[in-house]
Amino acid sequence: MNAGGEVVLDLQKVSLSFGGVKALTEISFDVREREIRAIIGPNGAGKSSMLNVINGVYRPQQGEIVLRGQRFTRMTPYKAARAGMSRTFQNIALFRGMSVLDNIMAGRNLRIASNLFQQAIWWGPARREELAHRERVEQIIDFLEIQHVRKTPVGRLPYGLQKRVDLGRALAMEPSILLLDEPMAGMNVEEKQDMCRFILDVNDQLGTTIVLIEHDMGVVMDISDRVVVLDYGRKIGDGIPDDVRANPEVISAYLGATH
Amino acid sequence: MLYRENGQFKTTYAADQQTFPIAQDRWAILAILAFAFLGVPLFVDEYLLRAILIPFLILSLAALGVNILVGYCGQITLGAGAFMAVGAYAAYNFHIRIEGLPLLLTLLFGGVAAALVGIVFGIPSLRVRGLYLAVATLAAQFLTDWVFLRVPWFTNYSSSGSVSVANLQILGWQIAEPIDKYLFCLSWLTVFALLAKNMTRCAAGRQWMAIRDMDVAAEVIGIRPMVAKLSAFAVSSFFVGIAGALWGFVHLASWEPAAFSVDRSFQLLFMVIIGGLGSIMGSFFGAAFIVVLPIALNQFLPALGRLLGVTVSTAGVAHAELIVFGVLIVFFLIKEPHGLARLWSTGKEKLRLWPFPH
Repeated sequence: MNAGGEVVLDLQKVSLSFGGVKALTEISFDVREREIRAIIGPNGAGKSSMLNVINGVYRPQQGEIVLRGQRFTRMTPYKAARAGMSRTFQNIALFRGMSVLDNIMAGRNLRIASNLFQQAIWWGPARREELAHRERVEQIIDFLEIQHVRKTPVGRLPYGLQKRVDLGRALAMEPSILLLDEPMAGMNVEEKQDMCRFILDVNDQLGTTIVLIEHDMGVVMDISDRVVVLDYGRKIGDGIPDDVRANPEVISAYLGATH
Repeated sequence: MLYRENGQFKTTYAADQQTFPIAQDRWAILAILAFAFLGVPLFVDEYLLRAILIPFLILSLAALGVNILVGYCGQITLGAGAFMAVGAYAAYNFHIRIEGLPLLLTLLFGGVAAALVGIVFGIPSLRVRGLYLAVATLAAQFLTDWVFLRVPWFTNYSSSGSVSVANLQILGWQIAEPIDKYLFCLSWLTVFALLAKNMTRCAAGRQWMAIRDMDVAAEVIGIRPMVAKLSAFAVSSFFVGIAGALWGFVHLASWEPAAFSVDRSFQLLFMVIIGGLGSIMGSFFGAAFIVVLPIALNQFLPALGRLLGVTVSTAGVAHAELIVFGVLIVFFLIKEPHGLARLWSTGKEKLRLWPFPH
């Protein structure tokens, strides 16, 4: 547990609505360096919207995102990527026509320095760069244990492996903050265990701060340092897993209140 | 048996990242190139060169360009003919207005002009996609048709509206005979196919394909859609523009705007769809299919008629040609929607394992 780091990501009174539907109402929470921060809540609580706000896919009507002391009122996915954030998607958003290798290599995009002309000629800077990135990508492939499918188009892979490739692409960016949108959704127990191991290893070995959304309560309570609970777009709980578990409002949101 | 990777162990990433990682592919490509450069000139006749080989080479180059945009970046275009026209007319204007400009530069400048126009007409792609984008690019087609027909400056005030170039040469090499033209076009195509191959397997190609497959995810990993889409439009139009300049300068020598009509745009789009979207090889297959098949049908149908004892009139042959051609296209698209290139790669996969099924 490394919950004691300084605050790297701070959300201040974020509100998001789609037309008349309020997805998020004045939500504030922070994420500290090197911690695993979970966002939980029942279906439709606004968890995915929260993640989409953090990395700029959705633009909140109100509120600010402070990332390492830098204020963003208008975050965009590109700015978020530049600032060292990467993410995975709930319903896998891989590049289906490309191989596993190309998908993960695409994650290195921001670190590519050669220009189109150099790439067209191939020999020289583009080739050197490509080989250097390939080496880093191969380390990620080794880490995720997907060596045997590196040249397979991702569309042909089973679901569990696709989830891993999705994580691999996010890791290829060498992010300082990693956002995971239901990394274990739809997996069997073994796949969940593997994924948990990868997440803990990334956090432990690379020191990556992780924000994750998850449905599986057991998993969340086991691996996260602090938990935010959302319900109908409002924050109803925040704290270490044991406190959240004991919070009556959280219990009523999940189990229904006893009247 | 012959086509095997067994035993070709790669010990470095460099070896695995070459253009053709399989040794047999490398040799096959070299053999084809050697044959095209040295073997073909020995036995072809003028008809074969003029009617089939030169158009095939130039349209392959254009198809490569269209494939980069449509196949790799997923941006559908119906304006390829327009970019060919821009390439041809721009090159023509550079040719007549700048005294002593070398032919190579003239053609390259034509390509650059087409690339710039391509970027402008690529701007709608930032907002619209699919059929709407197709309509937006169709506007490029109608605009260029009109401009080159109605603005006399572009045709150097030629009274008939057609323009012509003559006396093409590079460093004293006169490109006059069909065989010279063939070698000239072949050289361009070889160089540009290599450039396209390199771009599509590097970061640029990954950016394009990422935008094609999942644009939200592409943005999240730091790919700017504007840069990726407009660079695809620029590179594609550059290729198509050079093909247009070659079509005008080398193939036709004297041409009018009708040479680059909307028919040409459709033809190029069919080529990449039939050949295989997102495949360099597919561009060649598509061009060969579209260029060679009508001529083959033209020769074959009367013979078939004689065999059956039916005399087919010339007009009948022309009509039958279109019908059979259309049926073949539909048949291919149903049987193999991923194009001839997919058939090719399936075949290669089978060969790799032959004689074993798995």
